[in-house]
Parts: sequence; C-alpha cells; structure tokens
Amino acid sequence: MTADGLGDIWVIAEQRNGHTKAASYALIGRARKLADECQSRVAAVCLSQGVADAGQLAAFGADRVYLLDGPVPDGWNDDAYVKELVDLARRDKPGVILATSGALGLSVIPRVAVALDTGVAANCISLDYDAQNRILVQTRPAFGGSLMANVVFPNKRPQIATVRPHAFKKGEPNSARQGEMIRVDFDRRSVTAKTKLLNVVKDLTEKVRLDEAEIVVCGGRGLGKAENFGIVAELAEVLGAALGTSRPPVDDGWIPYAHQVGQTGKTVSPRLYIACGVAGAPQHLAGMQTSEIIVAINEDPKAPIFEVATYGMVGDLFKIVPLLTKKLRETRG
Amino acid sequence: MNVIVCIKQVPAKIKIEIDPKTGTLASGGVDRAINPPDLYALEEGIRIKERTKGKVTVLTIGPAKADESLREAIGYGADEAILLSDPAFEGSDTWATSHVLAKAIKKSGQFDLVLCGKQSIDGETGQVGPMLAEALGVPFVSLVNKIEELGQISIKVMRMSDEGHQLIEMMLPGVINVVKEINVPRIPSLRGLMVAKKAKVPVWNAQELGIDPAVVGSAGSPTRVAKVFFPQRPGKSEMLQGNPESQVDQLLEKLRQTKAI
Ligand SMILES: Cc1cc2nc3c(=O)[nH]c(=O)nc-3n(C[C@H](O)[C@H](O)[C@H](O)COP(=O)(O)OP(=O)(O)OC[C@H]3O[C@@H](n4cnc5c(N)ncnc54)[C@H](O)[C@@H]3O)c2cc1C
Ligand SMILES: Nc1ncnc2c1ncn2[C@@H]1O[C@H](COP(=O)(O)O)[C@@H](O)[C@H]1O
Repeated sequence: MTADGLGDIWVIAEQRNGHTKAASYALIGRARKLADECQSRVAAVCLSQGVADAGQLAAFGADRVYLLDGPVPDGWNDDAYVKELVDLARRDKPGVILATSGALGLSVIPRVAVALDTGVAANCISLDYDAQNRILVQTRPAFGGSLMANVVFPNKRPQIATVRPHAFKKGEPNSARQGEMIRVDFDRRSVTAKTKLLNVVKDLTEKVRLDEAEIVVCGGRGLGKAENFGIVAELAEVLGAALGTSRPPVDDGWIPYAHQVGQTGKTVSPRLYIACGVAGAPQHLAGMQTSEIIVAINEDPKAPIFEVATYGMVGDLFKIVPLLTKKLRETRG
Repeated sequence: MNVIVCIKQVPAKIKIEIDPKTGTLASGGVDRAINPPDLYALEEGIRIKERTKGKVTVLTIGPAKADESLREAIGYGADEAILLSDPAFEGSDTWATSHVLAKAIKKSGQFDLVLCGKQSIDGETGQVGPMLAEALGVPFVSLVNKIEELGQISIKVMRMSDEGHQLIEMMLPGVINVVKEINVPRIPSLRGLMVAKKAKVPVWNAQELGIDPAVVGSAGSPTRVAKVFFPQRPGKSEMLQGNPESQVDQLLEKLRQTKAI
C-alpha cells in the first residue's frame, strides 16, 4: 500500500463496440472525487487497445489510461482478462479496483480478487472515503434491498468493488484534462485458455438491455394476457425504456424469461421504474426497489407496490398507460 | 461424471428484521430452506449424474442445522452430502466461503464438474462460484442456461451474455453457475425422502479440512461488514389523485421537474 489515502484507484473501463459504457464513465467520475479527497490517482483500465474514446476517459477524470493488448471486446476472453489484470495489478499495485457489476463483475473480477488474495464488495450502490481509517467504505444492498451493509477491507489490498449500473451519474467531461496513455503488451500466447467461445447467438428481441437501461417499464399479471403486453411495450418505446415483467407472465409464456425482474430474475436499478399491474411481492421488490424513482399503476389501493412507490396511481392500467403513452408521444413529436 | 453441487441454507423469507438492541440480524427462529437458485444447480447435477451414470455430492457450509438442507438435497436425488461446519467459519465472506469449499472439494477426491447457483438470496453477490473456480485453479463459466454436450475432457454449455447467448467449451474439471432457465427442478420422491432420513451426513471441521482458522470466518475474511442498516426510503409515496387524465398530467409534470424523462 502506498502512503497516500487509498493508493491508485483503478476503474475497469468496459467497452462495447469500441466505446466505453456510460456506467464506466460514471464510475471514473466517482473515482475522481474519491481521489481528490485523499490525494490519490485514478487510472482507467481498458481491456482492449481498439478503444475509440480513450482520450475521453482522461476528460472524465482518469490521470492514466491503460490500454491492454486486448482481444475482441465483445467476445469471450475471461481467461486472458484475468491473467492480464492480475499481472498488471501485481506490477503496479493499485489500492482500489472498481468495476461495474455486469458480466465482468460476475466472473473476471472475483477471479482476479482470489488470485490477488483479496475479496470483493459486490453490487455496491455507494462508495465513500473514510479519512480517519484511510479506507473505502462500500455500501451494498442485501436481502433483496431490504437491508444495507457497509463493507470495508480492514487489511487486504487492493480493495475491490463492483458497482451497480446507475449507482452514480455520468459527470461532465473537462476537455482540458490530459491523461497519460500507457500501452501494455502481453504475450497472449502465454495464456492457455481453458474455455473457448464456439458460437454467438444474438438476441434481437431485447432492444434495450434491461440491467443497463435508465428507464424500465414493467408489466405484471395485471395485463391479463400476452396480447396486452403491447400496451406497456408502446410506453417503453416512446420512453426509450427496457421492458420488464414479473414472474407470472413469464411462467404463463407471455414474455421470455430474459425480461423477468426480481429475486429469480434480473436486478435492476434504473433512474425510473414504471410498474403497471404489478402487485409488489417481496420477490419482485428484491429486483427493483433500489430504483431511483418508482411509479406504480395499480387498481388496488392496498397493493404493496405502493409502499415503495415514489408516485402512486390508483386506477385502471388500461386507461392510464395508453394515455401516458399518447401524451408523451404528443410532446415528443 | 463426478459432480459437486454447492448449496447454501438461507432464511426462507427474505423479509428480515434487525435486532433493535444489538443492531445485528435477528435470525433466531427463522425458517430456513435451500437457497432457491441452488435448486436449479442441484437438479442439473442430478440430471448429469443420470445421463453419465455418475455421482452427485452436495456441499454446504453452515451451522449444524444446515444438515436439514443437505438431507433435502439427498431427497431430490443427490448421492452424498457433506456438512462443512466449524465455529471458525462463522461470518465468512465470499472469499473465505470459497476457500473452505475449495479445501473440501480437494479433500473429497476426484471431481469433474462443480455447480453453483447464480447467487444466494441473502448475500446476493454471485461471487462464490467464480472465486471457487480460481481457488481450485480450474476454469469457470457464468450464467449457464443449457448444457449442450457432456464429454470426457470438456463440456459445451450455452450461457447468457450481454447480447444474447454464447456457446462455450470448457475443459474439465471446471466450475459453472446456472440460471433458472436451465431446468424445472423435480419434486423429491417418497423413496428419496426415506433415503434422506437414514443417510449419513459427515461433518468436516476446519482441522479436518486443514484450514487455518485465522484465514476464515469474520476474523480472516478480506471484507468485513462494518454496519447494517435499513435503507432510507425517500419519504412516503405520493398518491396522485383525480381522474386518469389528471393523474397522468401530474405524473408527467413531476417526472419532468425531476428530469427523470
Ligand atoms: C421462490 C420464488 C421466487 C420468485 N421470484 C420472483 C421474481 O424473480 N420476480 C417476480 O416478479 N416474482 C417472483 N416470484 C413471484 C412473486 O411472489 C409474485 O407471485 C409475483 O411477483 C406476482 O406478480 P404480479 O404482481 O405481476 O401478479 P399479481 O400478484 O397477480 O398482481 C397483479 C396486480 O395487478 C393489479 N391489476 C390487475 N388488473 C389491473 C388493471 N386493469 N389495472 C391496474 N392494475 C391491475 C392487481 O391489483 C394486482 O395487484 C417468486 C416467488 C417465489 C416463491
Ligand atoms: N455457505 C455456502 N455453502 C455452500 N455453497 C455456497 C455457500 N454460499 C454460497 N454458496 C454457493 O455460491 C453461490 C453464490 O452465492 P453468493 O456468492 O453468496 O451469491 C450459491 O448459489 C451457492 O451455490
């Protein structure tokens, strides 16, 4: 560990099609603030050199940008990623490593942690600097969001955390900021991968990714039948939102499992969650109650969804939802 | 194929309470059950065993009471179960949990495939599977929704990726975690329940596993829970009154004000 507060803070900058994801930019912004509080440095670590927006990473707060000799960004390269991140961390000894809680956070990051003999605070929703103890305090939900925990690393370094999408807002770039670009060449052939990608099947039905969406429109059993999903799908469309659902519509085959939100489905934490005809069972709340604004539309004033809603509307979804879609369409042209 | 399934015993209800005096989880008297996502791992393990004429061993780390969940797993069709239990394991984080599981798997002998659930409903990290793979020094594939082919030296699995699905070949031995889409778990048979009742479920402690108590439990875990608290609700819900038209107008007004849309 270095003498300064947290040591270097690394943010794994995740790319899709050569561009860094918004969630990674937001994380770099948060890391910048932490680094300013404790006089540390921020590094963005790109797992691929084919990054079109590397300069932008500095503008958003990175002092240094590592460009790893990376494989195809959207492919499957877990074994190489793990090896490269571990080697780099052993060489440059960061005090903190941050990543989003998506695909990498569910496979590569925990493996890197074990190889570096440290732990992971997973799915965090906030990160704060404890100046007295010079440690990071990561806050994460447990028990389906009905409980929060502050997690700390008393001794082990680096402190590794994965962070939920939308935990932080993407900041404004400062084009005057310059970062040092560091190319890292690894001998790819030295990695004997024990896994191999054989085929990719793209799922085109899901236009907006549920777990990354800023807005989620959710239709529950209150929709009554498969055909009625069109009503919520239209609202999702005008809002540029992802389409979610509760478990019964999936069980009844109205909509694929990929859309299910909840304990046995996806966990989402968008800026806006609109629940239409959803009762709000604990298993459903487990997947969405950390959303920033929750709108509930339900004809039953006693439905538990209203207990977590920011705005509640008691009424018939078949009247309210189409009206909402219509008015949004009018103003958006 | 020698299959190992890692299951966790969790509170049966996810509504939990904090003991107002100690500020810690009030877990006393709560019913416990197999972590629901682990039932899919268990079912898949049993199916693999049936197809390959192999063996399924179920492992759990927990208190003496976790024995019940292991017996339940035998009721579903697992062949053997081992309880990993020691006061030293209490308060283990995901790193320490995977460390103990790795030691137990190595001790239990030769294995081909380890199956984990996607995540536990209490801890909710999804970290134990991949950490276990690294601790064992074997490959890992996350979010498997179908096993396409079971070979001698490798398996082919379909996994859910960001953009859809990926077909991956993994060398054995290895670890995978599975999602709910993979199967529909069976109901334990009457015969299975009888077998479960009589089954011998050995208990392995830290010493038998060759684990230094200092590196596990709350003392040895890399991460520590410094505090638990109830999330702050942003005040009471605001119910929008009036007819649908006026409700919708009010909503749009509020969402625009807060720049949510
Ligand atoms: C182990 C386990 C895991 C589970 N995992 C999940 C999970 O991951 N995700 C999940 O969602 N559920 C999950 N469930 C199921 C969960 O317990 C609930 O059964 C489910 O969430 C209910 O879905 P719903 O609210 O859509 O349906 P319902 O409970 O049937 O509620 C429908 C609601 O729609 C309202 N409604 C009906 N018609 C209208 C109308 N015209 N206008 C307005 N409102 C209307 C009704 O008032 C009602 O509140 C799980 C259950 C178990 C046991
Ligand atoms: N105490 C435990 N004993 C055995 N397996 C466990 C334990 N905790 C977690 N697991 C396994 O790891 C998976 C992920 O758990 P978690 O990382 O806690 O979300 C679970 O679905 C189980 O398969």
